[in-house]
Amino acid sequence: MLNIKNLHASINGKEILKGIDLQVNAGEIHAIMGPNGSGKSTLSAVLVGNPAFEVTEGEVHFQGKDLLDLSPEERSCEGLFLSFQYPVEIPGVSMVNFMRTAVNEHRKHKGLEPLAAGEFLKMMREKQAIVELDTNLINRSVNEGFSGGEKKKNEIFQMSVLEPTLSILDETDSGLDIDALRVVANGVNKLKCPDNATIVITHYQRLLDYIKPDFVHVLYKGKIVKSGGAELALELEKKGYDWLKEE
Amino acid sequence: MRPEQQYIAFFAAQKQALNKIFSELINSKRDEAFDVFQKKGFPVFNSENYQHTDIPTLMAPDYGFNFSGLKAEIDPYKVFKCNVPNLSSTIHFIINDRLYKNDKKSTTLPEGVFSGSLNDFSKDFPEIFRKYYGKLATPDKNGIEAFNTMFVQDGYVLYVPPNTAIESPIQVTNIIRGSVDSLMTRRFLVIIEEGAEAKMLVCDHTADKTPQFAVTQVTEIFVGENAVFDFYELEESSENTIRLASNFVSQKASSNVVINGISLCNGITRNNYDVYLEGENAIHHLYGLAITDKTQKIDNTSNIEHRAPHCQSDELFKYILDEQSTGVFNGRIVVAKDAQKTQAYQNNRNLCCSRESRMFSKPQLEIYADDVKCSHGMTTGQLDENALFYMRSRGIGEEEARLLLKFSFTNDVIEGIRLPNLKDRLKMLVEKRFRGELVKCQGCI
Repeated sequence: MLNIKNLHASINGKEILKGIDLQVNAGEIHAIMGPNGSGKSTLSAVLVGNPAFEVTEGEVHFQGKDLLDLSPEERSCEGLFLSFQYPVEIPGVSMVNFMRTAVNEHRKHKGLEPLAAGEFLKMMREKQAIVELDTNLINRSVNEGFSGGEKKKNEIFQMSVLEPTLSILDETDSGLDIDALRVVANGVNKLKCPDNATIVITHYQRLLDYIKPDFVHVLYKGKIVKSGGAELALELEKKGYDWLKEE
Repeated sequence: MRPEQQYIAFFAAQKQALNKIFSELINSKRDEAFDVFQKKGFPVFNSENYQHTDIPTLMAPDYGFNFSGLKAEIDPYKVFKCNVPNLSSTIHFIINDRLYKNDKKSTTLPEGVFSGSLNDFSKDFPEIFRKYYGKLATPDKNGIEAFNTMFVQDGYVLYVPPNTAIESPIQVTNIIRGSVDSLMTRRFLVIIEEGAEAKMLVCDHTADKTPQFAVTQVTEIFVGENAVFDFYELEESSENTIRLASNFVSQKASSNVVINGISLCNGITRNNYDVYLEGENAIHHLYGLAITDKTQKIDNTSNIEHRAPHCQSDELFKYILDEQSTGVFNGRIVVAKDAQKTQAYQNNRNLCCSRESRMFSKPQLEIYADDVKCSHGMTTGQLDENALFYMRSRGIGEEEARLLLKFSFTNDVIEGIRLPNLKDRLKMLVEKRFRGELVKCQGCI
């Protein structure tokens, strides 16, 4: 599904990613861990096409298409989704309007007619239930005045509405209390199916108790320095990253 | 030759003719205005409040008046049907300078309300006319007031007697039309007596886009104790329209007023807002929204004077400037020495959507009292790149994302409208405006 080869990327001339290789197949959950500043968020930003980053080398294929060739909106319509580490507040744009526009752009991309208002609202209600998102929030401006937990729930809510093939969760667990973490993780698990895949970026084993990864990768200084199964996360939790840095 | 000279010569020559057509009371004010205009003329370019709008130059061409009041060859009630649902049951049209006479008497207005022509009002209610006309817009104000008073032909008057509420808003549509360049002078007089309530929407349309039109419009609004008044003005003119408008509001104790000026489409516009809070506990909301592109220019200058204690004023002006357009905002708030416990807030937020668009903003607070809450804030910037990217990452195309952001930027000004139907219609019009679709109220123009 996703095939990253020798990916290099920089911001303001500073190289952050220094040759990433990663393959993600349908049905898999990959966890990416690593110390602060290792390039985890940069990797997710580059994948969804944040214009602040420049890809200097390498290639990324997503479902057979050259991902780096696509605009951020095309990547989304092709089935890529990023749950932002810091979701952006957009005062004045209502959640309903925002989601309706997004859903209809996705439908247009697939050659479908826009969704009728009634159907759209019905879908919103169904998806809201998955992440236990307060109905009031749907009537507010995007993320405006949402608590940290609500913002993260809102990301998963959007994910459930857009039904991506590949979801990247960038530190979705940061800033969540235990209950919110469970709700968010449950949401992710409910959306899981053999046709889609998930990349979970996290600092902590905690989230991985809920979302069981098939593979764990450790990113350090812009490279994947170690890959393994779920047990690698447990090992990291015990031993920290220092032993890897020494290797 | 000074640009004023042609008007001075013209007035001297045409005074007799003017006086024949219009009411004695309106005429009685012309000479005084003429004296002042001869001395002061138009506001000087580059003077304190005219740093960016050169009125003498704008008024230099010989646009030509239409004193004989050529009869409109259309019946606006048939041609222009406002289709804002259930907006108004009382509709008037001012075609160029004159209020269009409708034979049908409006029966829906409560007893004692006058809603009609300035000429008629001055004849039928000379006492009230004398008491209010020209009392706020004195000729010595900015030059525009003197000019307008000299040449005024007609206009609209709303008089609401004490403790009377007009449920449905009154709509006055200005229609500028004609095949040749021309100059219009319009006048509005609004008197809301104590305990009365009314809402008014003024739509400013230019029907013919090619000729060069210049308009001066002076509005005087008197709001009595405990009275409530909303005044919405929507400009949808043409690139060839120059609009010089002066608005004056005087508020007595515990009155509550909303003034909201929205420019969707224009040429060169200068709006002056002078608000005087004369009685305790008066509340004033002043909103402005300007959407410009091409070489359009909008210059809003406000002066809010807190003359009594315990009053509140809340001012919000927003500009969304594109292409080579220019926005100007001057916002002055004066809190008099005795106006303790004043609350005065001023906000000016601007988006420059192109490299060539320019915004000039000058907030000014003069506070002479020592127990007040006052604030002002001004920001000018571009669209939020983070928000843009966030939206794009959800599949929303860049153009659409920009549009949504611009649209959202207008939100708080539109939310200030206390007429739900107008609010909805404006949302639609603003969206259309940003999409570059022809801006027109369906049905009207």
